[in-house]
Amino acid sequence: MAENTAKKPPLLQVVDLHTSFTTDKGEVQAVNGVSFTLEEGKTLGIVGESGSGKSVTAYSIMQILEQNGHITQGQILFQGNDITHYSSKQMQDFRGKKCSIIFQDPMTSLNPVYTVGNQIMEAVLVHHEKSKAEARDIAINMLKLVGINDAERRFKQHPHELSGGMRQRVMIAMALASEPWILIADEPTTALDVTIQAQILELMQELQQKLNMAIIIVTHDLGVIAQMADEIVVMYGGRICERGTADEIFYHPAHEYTKGLLRSIPSVDNMKEKLVPIAGTPINLLNMPKGCAFCARCDNAMKICLEEVPPELPLPDGHYASCWMNVVNHNYVEEPADE
Amino acid sequence: MSKYLVKRILLAVVSVFVICLITFFAMNAVPGGPFNSEKALTPAVKATLLERFNLDKPIGQQFLIYMRNMLHGDFGISLKTGRDISGTLLECFAVSAKIGGIAALFAVIIGVILGALAALFRNKWPDRLIIFLTTLFTAMPSFVFATLLLMVFCIQLKWLPVWDASNRSLVLPVIALAAYPTAYVTRLTKTSMLDALSQDYIRTARSKGVSTVKVIFKHALRNALIPVITYVGPMLAYILTGSLVVENIFSIGGLGKQFVQSITNRDYPMIMATTIFLAVIMVVMNLLSDILYKVVDPRIKLD
Repeated sequence: MAENTAKKPPLLQVVDLHTSFTTDKGEVQAVNGVSFTLEEGKTLGIVGESGSGKSVTAYSIMQILEQNGHITQGQILFQGNDITHYSSKQMQDFRGKKCSIIFQDPMTSLNPVYTVGNQIMEAVLVHHEKSKAEARDIAINMLKLVGINDAERRFKQHPHELSGGMRQRVMIAMALASEPWILIADEPTTALDVTIQAQILELMQELQQKLNMAIIIVTHDLGVIAQMADEIVVMYGGRICERGTADEIFYHPAHEYTKGLLRSIPSVDNMKEKLVPIAGTPINLLNMPKGCAFCARCDNAMKICLEEVPPELPLPDGHYASCWMNVVNHNYVEEPADE
Repeated sequence: MSKYLVKRILLAVVSVFVICLITFFAMNAVPGGPFNSEKALTPAVKATLLERFNLDKPIGQQFLIYMRNMLHGDFGISLKTGRDISGTLLECFAVSAKIGGIAALFAVIIGVILGALAALFRNKWPDRLIIFLTTLFTAMPSFVFATLLLMVFCIQLKWLPVWDASNRSLVLPVIALAAYPTAYVTRLTKTSMLDALSQDYIRTARSKGVSTVKVIFKHALRNALIPVITYVGPMLAYILTGSLVVENIFSIGGLGKQFVQSITNRDYPMIMATTIFLAVIMVVMNLLSDILYKVVDPRIKLD
């Protein structure tokens, strides 16, 4: 990795990202002004429910949106370069080599008609001038690295001959074959059962340390986030409600939605406590309210919540939240003027 | 795999036998016979002929005699021309298979390319044009299309000969024969290509940094070809054995023409031999397409 200079730009910086989809029913604003920063070797967790824009944010970074999706505004800076202006050739070089992604469903994410070895080798060969034999060695080593026994035999097998957990390991091996700086994991364990889930998360952490890569983990599972993330971004309705360090988010949640999320998961310390679900249903992105996206489901909604989108306010310890409650209670801090 | 093949071949033998049985009895159940022509024969001549070809025996016995001769490789001689049937059949097949083979190759190659293009340019003008043409060629009967071709290219424009012994006279029959399967393969490829392109593994391939061309031709196309292969087996069987309409319009002495002629002539041994030949080709092509299926899609198990 390059040596640190005095003022090195962060590894990845997303600034005011807007992504929308053109549909028959109109323009759907799936991501609406999302900003965050990812530092080298760190893990950023993006949490939110279905339709909150978390996966779309991830796909926007990779520019692998569906045909009708496009980034309409904002910047994605990789080591200071705005990749939203990259040509398709430059993006091909970025994908896999600078930033890789693994998906939710390992059952359908591998091509059924090619061997897993072929698919991992392909990831190596698109980015490096290597011979087939070298690529093969790399692929087999990657399979060993992700904890697949009997890698030579597995190399020659097709995806349908592997279990779900093993396929997700293959996905990880493939994603890491070109040694990317960033690994995006889009709900990497949602389709797996719980024991396999823990193994995959541990594997990701182990590889992160070995390869010193940054991870963006996208999930709706707060347990996964708690295990993995250094920093957390909580999304709702295409916007960020709250972001900060994992400790801050878990111990001092400052947005009503985050508080609700934390109340709705069981805790080992207090099994008798009743779980409180968040009432209502996720919002319809085609019909966004004028004010705070969450206010229809919020117990403490005020009049202003209906009228105006809350601004993102700094709280202590690098914690930001977009909730009018913080304004009313004056518990935000004055941020020093821009550097 | 070998166990599967043995099973399939045994089944094929049974199918062909059943086809023989049905054809033989159906053919004989129709009133009339090979020697009932407009110029009546004397009873003595007719009796001699019937005896010569075993047609005076009970029908069950006739069948047994036929099957025994067939198993010895003897398909008999034509009741009309007196020529050896195997020879005639092979000659006709050579003619049909030549035209049919070119047409089938054309249908698969052009069909797959056009189908892939239509999928890539979905809802844009290339797609609309391709779908317009395929609808036209699917809907137009071959006798209309073949006649149009003859009129335009041979009679109006005089670009091609109506008939001669050169290969140039094969151009129009090949086009006429290929039109429908090409259109069909195009539509099939388009549908399955669209399906393949929307699959998760396509997104995975893109996310690895694979170029668009390779995503389409390596990752999508191979998956998209699976349904096409299912169609190509039977299509090959039909197209290789000749089309009555196309062969008649272009005056080609192929298998399709021979088959219909043998029926109108009530040429029993010829009808039987042609039917068996068509059945065998059909069975073989189906088997081939199943094996090819396995080659393309490793998930398929052949037992």
